[in-house]
Amino acid sequence: MSRDTPLIVARDLTKRFKNFTAVDGVGFAVHPAESFGFLGPNGAGKTSTMRMIGCVSPVTAGELRVFGMDPQTHASAIKARLGVVPQQDNLDNEITVRENLLMYARYFDIPREVAARRADELLEFVQLSERANSEVEPLSGGMKRRLTIARSLINEPEVILLDEPTTGLDPQARHAIWDRLYRLKQRGATLLLTTHYMEEAEQLCDRVVIMDRGRIIAEGSPRSLIEQYSTREVLELRVPDGIRVRLRGLVDGIAERIEELPDRMQVYTADAEHALDAIREAGVHPETALVRRSTLEDVFLRLTGHALID
Amino acid sequence: MTRAQRIVQRNAVVYRRIWRGSVFSSFLQPTLYLMSLGLGVGSLIDPRRAASIAGGDSYLQFLAPGLLAAACMQVASFESAWPVIGKIVWRRNYHAMLATPLAIDDLIVGELLWLAVRLTTVGTAFMLVASAFGAMRIAPATLLAVLLAVVTGLAFSAPIVAYAATLKSGDNFNIVFRLIITPLFMFSGVFFPVDRLPAPVQWIAEASPLYHGVQLVRGLTLGHLAPSVAIMHLVYLLGLFLAGFLAARYTFRRTLYA
Repeated sequence: MSRDTPLIVARDLTKRFKNFTAVDGVGFAVHPAESFGFLGPNGAGKTSTMRMIGCVSPVTAGELRVFGMDPQTHASAIKARLGVVPQQDNLDNEITVRENLLMYARYFDIPREVAARRADELLEFVQLSERANSEVEPLSGGMKRRLTIARSLINEPEVILLDEPTTGLDPQARHAIWDRLYRLKQRGATLLLTTHYMEEAEQLCDRVVIMDRGRIIAEGSPRSLIEQYSTREVLELRVPDGIRVRLRGLVDGIAERIEELPDRMQVYTADAEHALDAIREAGVHPETALVRRSTLEDVFLRLTGHALID
Repeated sequence: MTRAQRIVQRNAVVYRRIWRGSVFSSFLQPTLYLMSLGLGVGSLIDPRRAASIAGGDSYLQFLAPGLLAAACMQVASFESAWPVIGKIVWRRNYHAMLATPLAIDDLIVGELLWLAVRLTTVGTAFMLVASAFGAMRIAPATLLAVLLAVVTGLAFSAPIVAYAATLKSGDNFNIVFRLIITPLFMFSGVFFPVDRLPAPVQWIAEASPLYHGVQLVRGLTLGHLAPSVAIMHLVYLLGLFLAGFLAARYTFRRTLYA
């Protein structure tokens, strides 16, 4: 395979369960050394797509090729070259931290000496060397996640699949995971991840597809998506209900677009400070006003009309 | 096959940590039955009468091979159910394994291979203890009987593994254990010949896989097993094993490859 040959290609990929369509004809390609993200709310079809790529869920219709092979017929050969970090931890609680890595290496038929060396390096990498001989159970959620990431690297995978890698972690643990994943990316790893945290997508992904209800509704780099679908800045205003109408009339002239959310109004404009000044000059004083840059969250809201996390 | 061996290796590593907990159910319990019923109740039974109804020189010798088969059934039932439910629902080990080159068939074959290893150790240990009591003789036929007890256990394992893969919790399996395994243990000819039972109950008993296992193991141990009868019993047990194995391939796929 040449450098530019995509590692994963999907065309019209579809997944149906009985009478529910989880993935509805999606197409994408993941290239070597790329960080590719599926961004979308729960139920968007991200995990189903990952499971098909991971060869643990049959494709209903359409085409999927991983390393040029069909998951239906070459599952073991594909899985030998993938690293998988699942959404729910599934470490072996009955053996130690280090044994988890050694045992997993056995499943890949990695010789014992090689496995031992890699296990030590990986424990170092995820900062768990001191816990090598500890049981898994007492580890914190963030440590378990890091161990799972180390485990996914034991076979030196060409693509690492991460399904919601930081969901359920506290912010500090989340940043530790992002830091490790960023280092992997720096080393040229190919990452494929799903997330419903726009911040995660912005931090880690070179390219994202935005999914909603089984479909891909936009694709591009986080920056280009923001440029294409949102304004540079956003002004978030909280105002008493009584003056919402007046404010809307006022803002219509200065803003490109307004989103009315139950608890606040979001004003999309290239220069939020300027818009805020104009509002204040007109004699309207919001309870709170926040100026911020546009994020993928705004892109998602614009495209779907609903928020990423309810 | 080599990939299925990985499951055996994994279970062996884990078992090294937890074996103490399983010693009672798998080994001490049948030994206690052997002592209390074989030596205790057996002393109340006239040896000539025991020999005429059952073969063997004493009730103890009648009981021991039955308990050998029953011990394998019980260990097989427990260790086919809980670990499988755990690896699917509670700890999700199978999900982790399926992210490697291991395939679903490797999981099933590996689990059954491991059970064969476990049952062989349980059966051998029981046989040695029974020999120490004079309840069995260490002889080639007895060793073969241990193997047949393992086959009996596996005939239970395969369908139970298949069933366990459909469960979301262990509650249902508790019912299976109380309603199926325990009555089979009592009424499949382990403690007394089934022809002592009223006719309809006797038919039910003779349909039970444990009955066929007990007949095989006892017949071989006491030296009165006719080859034609042996084949019939074996075909029954292997048929159940095969049916269970095919069912497991179906239920594992439905649960783990959806």
